[in-house]
Amino acid sequence: MSERNTQLKVSAIKDGTVLDHIPAGRLFQVVDILDLSHCSNPVTIGVNLESKSQGRKGIIKIADRFFEDEELSRIALAAPEATVNIIKDYQVVSKKKIELPAEVVGIAKCSNPMCVTNNQDVPTRFTTVVEGEKVKLLCHYCEKTTEEFVPLRH
Amino acid sequence: MPKSLISINDFSKEDILHILSVAREMEANKTQRLLEGKVVACLFFEPSTRTRLSFETAAKRLGAKVIGFSDVTNTSISKGETLKDTIKMVSNYVDIIVMRHPLEGAARYASEVCDLPVVNAGDGANQHPSQTLLDLYTILQTQGRLDKVTINMVGDLKYGRTVHSLLQAMSHFDPTFIFTAPDALRMPAEYKTFLQKRGIPYTETDSLSEHLCDCDILYMTRVQQERFSDPMEYERFKDVYRLEKSMLTGVRENMKILHPLPRVGEIAEDVDNTPYAYYFKQAENGMYVRMSIIACLLGYK
Repeated sequence: MSERNTQLKVSAIKDGTVLDHIPAGRLFQVVDILDLSHCSNPVTIGVNLESKSQGRKGIIKIADRFFEDEELSRIALAAPEATVNIIKDYQVVSKKKIELPAEVVGIAKCSNPMCVTNNQDVPTRFTTVVEGEKVKLLCHYCEKTTEEFVPLRH
Repeated sequence: MPKSLISINDFSKEDILHILSVAREMEANKTQRLLEGKVVACLFFEPSTRTRLSFETAAKRLGAKVIGFSDVTNTSISKGETLKDTIKMVSNYVDIIVMRHPLEGAARYASEVCDLPVVNAGDGANQHPSQTLLDLYTILQTQGRLDKVTINMVGDLKYGRTVHSLLQAMSHFDPTFIFTAPDALRMPAEYKTFLQKRGIPYTETDSLSEHLCDCDILYMTRVQQERFSDPMEYERFKDVYRLEKSMLTGVRENMKILHPLPRVGEIAEDVDNTPYAYYFKQAENGMYVRMSIIACLLGYK
């Protein structure tokens, strides 16, 4: 127990969700995607932590909160390599794999400044297109491809 | 057939062929009172005289009444009304909405906030599907077929939405493409990938004279000033190609020159009287195709 605490460098939670192996530079995107700035549960965020496989990683622990698969799938846009651990009574009771959703609604911003979603109050909607390692977003409205994921601010 | 005409990509090969065959009926019988008692809204959030007149005439030739506006200066939009509210309000009055809007995706959004059919008459630099359908109609009319046609696209192939939509629509019909463009205005990689995936052959050149004699359709486009952020760059490209009558020696007998119009300097006026010039007839065809689109989406054909 105490050994695990030392390794993680952030305090353990009794029950909740731990998102680990988030690329350090993408951590705050994940915070935005899950709208954690409006979350009233205890949230612990660690960034630029040492990781054997990633160099620098980020980690987010949310106490007493368990996400729907659909919510978790959105993380795939920013951090497809992240791992999801479900914690019950300080133990990892399950690990979930993040699956890329086929459609992304109301999360990402369209990169086309002339898109109707950037000029009228229209929720964004994209289909995901996988090209090699990259995930691109094809806008349902302007039909342009967004190469870099940018979360919509809540 | 989809409820609305928003993007040419929503229409299957069968849908496209149906619109074209109804357009042929319309051309044979230019006044049909199919839509007596119906009202068509033509909402032009940005001006486009040519497209608006074509749609309005099409609606009137079918016996419908037309309401709408040709720019937003004296409307509630200039007071800040949202697109959604304008569409919801108008949709209570009419049977079908034809709209042009400067924002890309505006027509798709409009089709989602009301239950009526919506015809996209241009959404910024994105789609202009009635133009694509009239191009297809004209190719069919001049060549007697759509299959296995060689099309030489000339001009601004980078920003030109008509060439991109035509390329996608023609991909159903086993075409061969020639892309004639200056280096800076070449066909974007995504469209070339699209063709490669479907095994459709294409060649690229920056010389207008190189492939004049081995194409069935010469599709000329204007280099559009509004697409260039740098006026110096526009000056460099605006006159890059100029087709003249003297260049047409040795072209195929069936070759026809198309242009979405308006032209500026790409086609010299001495070309107009050659048997190859077809751009004015192409514009006329737009009316029959738009009659067909309105009649089909309202379920009359």
